[in-house]
Amino acid sequence: MIDAPDFSFAALSPLLLVLGAACIGVLVEAFAPRDVRHPVQVGLALTGTVGAFVATLLLAGTREVTAGGALAVDGPTLFLQATIAGLGALSILLFAERSLDPARSAFVVSAAVPAGSPRDRELVTTQRVQTEVYPLALFAIGGMLLFVAANDLLVMFVALEVLSLPLYLISGMARRRRLLSQEAAVKYFLLGAFASAFFLYGLALVYGATGSVRLRDIREAVTAESGGVLMVLGLGLLVVGLLFKASVAPFHSWTPDVYQGAPTPVTAFMAACTKVAAFGAILRLLYVAFGAAEWTWRPLIYAAAIISMIVGAVLGLTQTDLKRMLAYSSVAHAGFLLTGVIGFGAGGDGSGLAATMFYLVTYGLTTLGAFAVLTLVRDGDGEAGHLSQWAGLGARSPLTAAVMSLFLLALAGIPLTAGFTGKFAVFRAAIEQGAWPLAVVALLASAVAAFFYLRVIVLMYFSDPVADGPTVGVPGLPTTIVLAVTATATLALGILPGAVLDLAGRAAIFVG
Amino acid sequence: MNLSYYLVLAAILFTIGAVGVLVRRNAIVVFMCIELMLNAVNLTLITFARSTGTVDGQIIALFVMVVAAAEVVVGLAIIMSIYRTRRSASVDDANLLKY
Repeated sequence: MIDAPDFSFAALSPLLLVLGAACIGVLVEAFAPRDVRHPVQVGLALTGTVGAFVATLLLAGTREVTAGGALAVDGPTLFLQATIAGLGALSILLFAERSLDPARSAFVVSAAVPAGSPRDRELVTTQRVQTEVYPLALFAIGGMLLFVAANDLLVMFVALEVLSLPLYLISGMARRRRLLSQEAAVKYFLLGAFASAFFLYGLALVYGATGSVRLRDIREAVTAESGGVLMVLGLGLLVVGLLFKASVAPFHSWTPDVYQGAPTPVTAFMAACTKVAAFGAILRLLYVAFGAAEWTWRPLIYAAAIISMIVGAVLGLTQTDLKRMLAYSSVAHAGFLLTGVIGFGAGGDGSGLAATMFYLVTYGLTTLGAFAVLTLVRDGDGEAGHLSQWAGLGARSPLTAAVMSLFLLALAGIPLTAGFTGKFAVFRAAIEQGAWPLAVVALLASAVAAFFYLRVIVLMYFSDPVADGPTVGVPGLPTTIVLAVTATATLALGILPGAVLDLAGRAAIFVG
Repeated sequence: MNLSYYLVLAAILFTIGAVGVLVRRNAIVVFMCIELMLNAVNLTLITFARSTGTVDGQIIALFVMVVAAAEVVVGLAIIMSIYRTRRSASVDDANLLKY
């Protein structure tokens, strides 16, 4: 007789809300008539994500291990779940924008129709919208919420797949430039599956070395030093799998292609939420399971952080497409985040965890806002992503240019924006742990990266507008809300970061 | 029989799969190589389940199969959609996004 494990349904409520809404969404897709589907799906998706956000706030202070030890609901889990749910809700709003594209949606009506076929050309201008993306996005968000709570390598793997599979699909569903979008989906899928195979092999080796996939049991085996070479190999492969998801160089090769090819709302969603989830899992794996074997992974993370910052900053300089540029910026930011991971210190006595979590909030909000602005500037063929098309935007649309400048300054880490506070926190944490060479590289990389952000601002304000330049769309209510929230938060977290920093600090204790 | 033979075999299969992903050009073949890697992991898991005397490894192998099946559904759908547009499943032909 096997006893059923104890489930604390209250502690799992954020997860259950999002996955429940996703399942209902699949039923709505099957049974509701087409003309009511869009409002119903958007309502459902927002209820799920906002509900999960509220649930995490109500759960604040919970510290327990539930589901037979497979899930840990503690400070970092709840903080990151709140971040993912909040950013997820904002992404859903971007998905739901209907007034920018003349065809009323950023997503293809029927993904099965071959791109460029007569039927496809017919469908591109219809008013029909496709609503499958909402349940898919909800499943991805559910996977992310599970990913940061996973206290077991198997659950971590399943969560990784639950968050990845829907993302592969929705990145191939752009309404315009479908070839690019499909190509992005194929690349993301093949490389993503490749990386999960490495994660899985690492899981198998760690299981062989320690006899368990529970993080707590692994920690005991690591502390007793009974793992040996098998465990170190396994840890290396696990970290490779996770660094891929976090788009850390040298495992970043998919990032620019997928960010450019995917529909912009999906890119915003991936850039903000996936990053949060992946870093949540990295922190938990390294500190809960392998904290005692710090000497094995610290050099690896150290090197990955340096490579990532340099690759992101230098290759970002050469880009001419804004989405690609923001993708390289995302690679550089992954390096800055790893600086915070290093700053957690042996035994978790550093301020790195709180700093990394705060950085994830600021980066998520800022990058989501930047991609939201990208959806506004359009030409006849969809979004105008080429840098030259943004010349003189400041004269034509001062408000759009001003908001974009705010986000770019925040990404560059200029004082009085959220980006500065986040960077300051992670660098300080790294220096306190004696990792000052890392902080020096990070400062240099920030300076290089600032150049390509500022170049866009200079282009917007000090160049003459091009003759047949893009038009700036008037955003509907959803995008307006996203821009207002992200811009306000970017300023607020830069000027008065105290409350959120304090919250991150109090949340920063893992439960084993 | 020595269990480490199974582990070595699994490591060889995993390597063949990984090399295949890097050198083969057809998306379907690349995908099959990834499946080979997952099955090599399954063999490793089963062997370790035997050697550590726990049943976890066998259960994890079942989970891996289910996830691999889900991955096939999503992956083939994506590869099909690009094949119907381009009449080619070569990853070299998909070269609009670069630099």
